[in-house]
Amino acid sequence: MAIFRLSGVHVKHCKNTAKMSAVRIPVPKTVNVPMSMHIGAPARPIVKVGDEVKVGQLIGEAGAGLSAPVYSSVSGKVKKIDEMLNIAGGQIQTILIETDGLQSVDESIAPFEVSTREEFLDAIAKSGIVGLGGAGFPTLIKLKADISKIDTLLINGAECEPYITSDTRTMIDDAEAVADGIALVKKFLEIKNVVVGIEKNKPECISSMKKALSGIDGATVRSLPSVYPQGGEKVLVYHTLGRVIKEGGLPLDCGVIVMNCTTVAKISKFIRTGMPLVEKCVTVDGSAIKEPKNVIAPIGTPARDLVEFCGGFAEEPRKALYGGPMMGIALTDLSAPVLKQTNALLVFGEKEATPPPVTPCIKCGRCIDHCPFGLDPTAISKAYKANDPETLEKLKVNLCMECGCCSYVCPARRNIVQRNKMAKTMLRNFQIERKKREEAQKNG
Amino acid sequence: MSVCVLSCVLFEFLFQKLCRRDVTVGDFSAVVTGMLLAFNLPVSIPLWQAMFGSLVAIVAVKQLFGGIGRNFANPALTARIVMIVSFASSMTNFATNADATSSATPLVQMGTDAMPSLLTLFLGNHGGCLGETCALALIIGFVYLLVRKVITWHTTVVFVGTVALFTLCLGQNPLEHVLSGGLLLGAIFMATDYSTTPSTKWGKVIFGFGCGLITVLIRVFGGYPEGVSFAILLMNILTPYISIWTRRKIFGGVKK
Repeated sequence: MAIFRLSGVHVKHCKNTAKMSAVRIPVPKTVNVPMSMHIGAPARPIVKVGDEVKVGQLIGEAGAGLSAPVYSSVSGKVKKIDEMLNIAGGQIQTILIETDGLQSVDESIAPFEVSTREEFLDAIAKSGIVGLGGAGFPTLIKLKADISKIDTLLINGAECEPYITSDTRTMIDDAEAVADGIALVKKFLEIKNVVVGIEKNKPECISSMKKALSGIDGATVRSLPSVYPQGGEKVLVYHTLGRVIKEGGLPLDCGVIVMNCTTVAKISKFIRTGMPLVEKCVTVDGSAIKEPKNVIAPIGTPARDLVEFCGGFAEEPRKALYGGPMMGIALTDLSAPVLKQTNALLVFGEKEATPPPVTPCIKCGRCIDHCPFGLDPTAISKAYKANDPETLEKLKVNLCMECGCCSYVCPARRNIVQRNKMAKTMLRNFQIERKKREEAQKNG
Repeated sequence: MSVCVLSCVLFEFLFQKLCRRDVTVGDFSAVVTGMLLAFNLPVSIPLWQAMFGSLVAIVAVKQLFGGIGRNFANPALTARIVMIVSFASSMTNFATNADATSSATPLVQMGTDAMPSLLTLFLGNHGGCLGETCALALIIGFVYLLVRKVITWHTTVVFVGTVALFTLCLGQNPLEHVLSGGLLLGAIFMATDYSTTPSTKWGKVIFGFGCGLITVLIRVFGGYPEGVSFAILLMNILTPYISIWTRRKIFGGVKK
């Protein structure tokens, strides 16, 4: 158990959709499925234009190393294999599928029989499942690692971002699937303890998870303070287990595997039905959305279809995000498809989307007080402005998890977290250059 | 006081216009500086001298260093020090009440029979600058700022505590020292200025301690009866170093 609590901020919860069970969106006319919805190498398309595809059919083969396969989320015809700008700013291959509305399921889909760790991992390799908390880290890689030192499976049910309730609904409506997924991972990886961390502003989730986990040995539910960013991996590991993930380390290094609650639910569904990850529950909310809802949508559904399904716009939309208001990524247009790890679509009107005027920094130090990791954003900004990556390295800007607490508390409304991100890139480029120089020196 | 506020705002406006900077008088920081400066002056100060002080505070100390957030020293305090040095007589001529008999600040009388009682010091019915006499009102202001979370308690409490401790050690009455002179005004409203004091919690503690120490040294051993303004100014200069020394330990950071 942690002795000191890491800092954070009290954000408005805005969990407007917490009481709404997820509803399924009618099959969209087209879906656009990107080949890269995960960290690592993109998948390779294995279908051609004109091919008929069915729900759950493999359309993108996993790349080498860190990667995950991609499956069709609909039945229909492949119309186009194209490139598009993904929300992170890079070019990715996508497969555009025109749906036939039948949603006929691929013949190969059948429940798995697994009895050993190898069989379990083989199955996971076919699931296409990635970390659904938002990062999209291929789940297989996490489970395949050396597990001899692992003693705890930590399930992230914090859902600390405002507005988002898709994990909340999973833990309430799909508690059995979550518990079953936990049991599967625990059994095949031979992990002793399970801790489910849930922020205490979700008492319904806590009680439903407690009930669902009662049959699993060594499983506990831990209620966490409702302080953002409770769901940050390092914060969660520290607050539930009192272990510190060191710079450059992984949860693995301190004996923990961290998985999102929805990820384990998807594992259970895949093993029990054979249906890979082809749909996702997405919270659609924000001041510009007429009827906020939790929507189950096929992967590749354009954001526009989600908005339409939720009654359209209540006012002129000014900003759309995939993810929460603290860390979500702004969309350039509403054709952006729902990804595997998309947990929310937020659209805001003029009032929320217009940033307040920025005034000079008065060195009040609130960003320093509220940074969960104790970074010094004022010094980072200064070093960035002075183009001084060596100081940035000393200030350890690379540890910034971009949670946005600093920007949130800044009375001058400065874009601190944005500056931190740019400083991280500056430091990374500097380190790459330095490595090259050093190697060149070594070689002669 | 209104002279100070108005002239501060005016000078900020004029200077920013002159330099073609964005005019920021709307953020009320010049108003605060003007009020704080006025609190640091005796009632009987000639108005042109007050205006001169405002000019020093806004133009010399604040705007020449780049405006709000970039000044290293507290504008109102520096202006007060410039005025003490320049207009020594009118800066130390205090009227006690409406009939304007002048008297010295209690710090001069300390140790003599003329020292006012503690209750008088607490309620402010004695000689002093505009805003430094009524301890009660100052403490109410302190509580308000704390409740609104504008400031934290660290600097103020450590500052006052240090003064009390050292005066006690030196065989003087700590309560008299705390309640008289500009200590509370300085500790509550000036040593907690964001721009010119350390941003970290431990930095604030060190800052408060340093201020307290210098104040006592000047009050007890120095030539001036009052040392608060000099103490804060000196510590202002050390602020960047204190901020760097007291940086928080980074969670999960590995030394290389």
